[in-house]
Amino acid sequence: MIDALTLSSIPESAQALRPAVRAFLDEALRGRPMDRLARSWMGFDAEFSRALAARGWVGMTLPQAYGGGGKDAFHRFVLAEELLCRGAPVSAHWIADRQSGPLILKYGTAAQRDFFLPRICKAEAFFCIGMSEPQSGSDLAGLRTRATRTADGWLLKGQKLWTTNAHRAHYMIALVRSSGAPEDRHQGLSQMIVDLSLPGITVRTIGDLTGDQHFNEVFFDDVLLPQDALIGEEGAGWAQVTAELAFERSGPERIYGSMLLFDAWLQHLRSRSDPTPAELALAGRILAQLVPLREMSAALTAKLAQGDSPVIEAALVKDLGTELEQAIPNLLADALAADPLAERPEDLLRTLSYVLQVCPTFSLRGGTREILRGVIARGLGLR
Amino acid sequence: MDALLAASMDRFLSGCSTPNVVREVERGQGAAALWAQVESSGYAELLVDESAGGAGLGLREAFALWLACGRHALPVPLAQTAWVRAVLPLAGLEAPRGPLTLAAQGSRDARGSWRCQNVPLGMVSEWVLVSDAQDAALLPMAAGERRPSGVHGSLQAHVQWPSQPEGALPLPGPIDLLHAGALMTATMMAGALQRVLEATLAYANDRAQFGKSIGKFQAVQQQLSVMAEQVFAARMAAEIGCAGEGITPHPLRAAVAKARASEAAEKVVAIAHAVHGAIGVTSEYDLQLLTRRLQEWRADFGSQGYWHAQLGQALVAAQAQTLPFMLDELLP
Repeated sequence: MIDALTLSSIPESAQALRPAVRAFLDEALRGRPMDRLARSWMGFDAEFSRALAARGWVGMTLPQAYGGGGKDAFHRFVLAEELLCRGAPVSAHWIADRQSGPLILKYGTAAQRDFFLPRICKAEAFFCIGMSEPQSGSDLAGLRTRATRTADGWLLKGQKLWTTNAHRAHYMIALVRSSGAPEDRHQGLSQMIVDLSLPGITVRTIGDLTGDQHFNEVFFDDVLLPQDALIGEEGAGWAQVTAELAFERSGPERIYGSMLLFDAWLQHLRSRSDPTPAELALAGRILAQLVPLREMSAALTAKLAQGDSPVIEAALVKDLGTELEQAIPNLLADALAADPLAERPEDLLRTLSYVLQVCPTFSLRGGTREILRGVIARGLGLR
Repeated sequence: MDALLAASMDRFLSGCSTPNVVREVERGQGAAALWAQVESSGYAELLVDESAGGAGLGLREAFALWLACGRHALPVPLAQTAWVRAVLPLAGLEAPRGPLTLAAQGSRDARGSWRCQNVPLGMVSEWVLVSDAQDAALLPMAAGERRPSGVHGSLQAHVQWPSQPEGALPLPGPIDLLHAGALMTATMMAGALQRVLEATLAYANDRAQFGKSIGKFQAVQQQLSVMAEQVFAARMAAEIGCAGEGITPHPLRAAVAKARASEAAEKVVAIAHAVHGAIGVTSEYDLQLLTRRLQEWRADFGSQGYWHAQLGQALVAAQAQTLPFMLDELLP
């Protein structure tokens, strides 16, 4: 049975980051429309990412020898919550910062670390994650993209789908089959770092319901990868991906996805002299959910900082967090139209519409709700 | 040290507050023997200042005590007594012996006589601490007219005192019972919720239908996962409430604790009974000892609706964005 997450305290040195980040954001985000900011970790702005990197705020947890900050997971947690709550457009570097960088640090060869990590820290190398395929979404282990050994490298053939940022990232870390057949499931999978500029790669963007373009189909037609495209151990891809998902699922982006909208709505309440009891109770209801979630997320960070891989606890916090992220726009949609005659701020309405439309994805990315609950059930000793 | 203390409190209560003992007390067969054990354990002095012979510990340690009281459905007011005995000396009053509780609800009429509804563990307490915005007093149960709530198995009591109850101990000013009561109740709820989760997991692994244990079915697994999430969140909320020094709760943290635990209880109780099926609502099965209490506790010292309103008012009044508000006004 998994142990309860207990209250942890964020070290002062990490807390001390906040004023500088806030001052930077006041300047850098000025004038950006609210509904653009609401995209936050789905908002792509390479220049913004480089400005963060120039301040040492990309790759904070990576060693200084590689240009990183050499700080612990708490520093990244503090930075992430400041960025996310303000709607900073962090998508360009987010995946590299959160999981690709730590993955390369943990499993990469000296040459791979020397090459990739400094580029990640300078926000010059953006990453995407190649997991889902047309025939394997939640059933990831059934994937068919195959890397076959050649005399001087690997031959990559197959297709990835729903790959966020593949059209503007430089590299993909792809989970592929390097031996055996789909029936072998977790055996015979490996991770490859794919340079997306190589010949034989076609990226086709898929528009979403909000008009944004973030995910893609990626085709590999006999792509020749060098020997050192393999990251980590051949055949150990499943274990590596599981560890990586603990990073992906444990971050505060799984609780703060609707924060910009919530704060905008609160500002709207404050601008009126007469918030109703129902509106005040709703604000409190959301806050009462948010506060323990935030401390659960901080507790996961403490586990990461100790070097643990809290796979099951991360699934639990992500599932609970996305439930709140999805509840916020739906509750606010109801509250904002509770008086059919009231006039409401247009930017708030546009922001609400965006979050309402996109919020179903919150519980899809990084493992669906149903998959996460299966992971939790395993942790509870039911499977 | 903390973990040792928590483990020893839990061991003590699992030894004396067994399901049979809980049932006996609920049947009205007396709580004196159990209370004597509780007194001799010394845990009721846990929060009392060292100068007054107590252990001088604070809410952080009370967290472990209150969790254990909830987990073992303790049918005598140790959680309440420990806090009341610590708070009275701060108001210049020496705490009397015997089990003490605090009123979750109460008011005075024009003649100054107190009426309290649903006094937690009122049927097994000798004193009740009451307060309104003006005054507080410790009222002897013996001087009041006590009625059981009428709910089967409940130890709550409705009590009415005359305007000048004999033996009443007045306090110099009001005491904030609401936040302390909310916090201790929320923490007991977190303890009970954890036990409900464990019992439900054990049952799901044990009970077989269609040739396999029901915990192997995905529909059941998904519900149990939701249950675990709620239990974890309630516990974290209670721990946040109990963070900090001293024995006076931080009002907004207590509000979060009670709001979140009450919300969790609603879901957890429903899932626990759904998974258990009919056996779960029988008197001989232990689940009801916890779920009946959880339902009472949801209402004691303000429901989630009350606390949501308090939290919402504070947040909207603050002018700050939510993250700085949480960091500056709420989180430990």
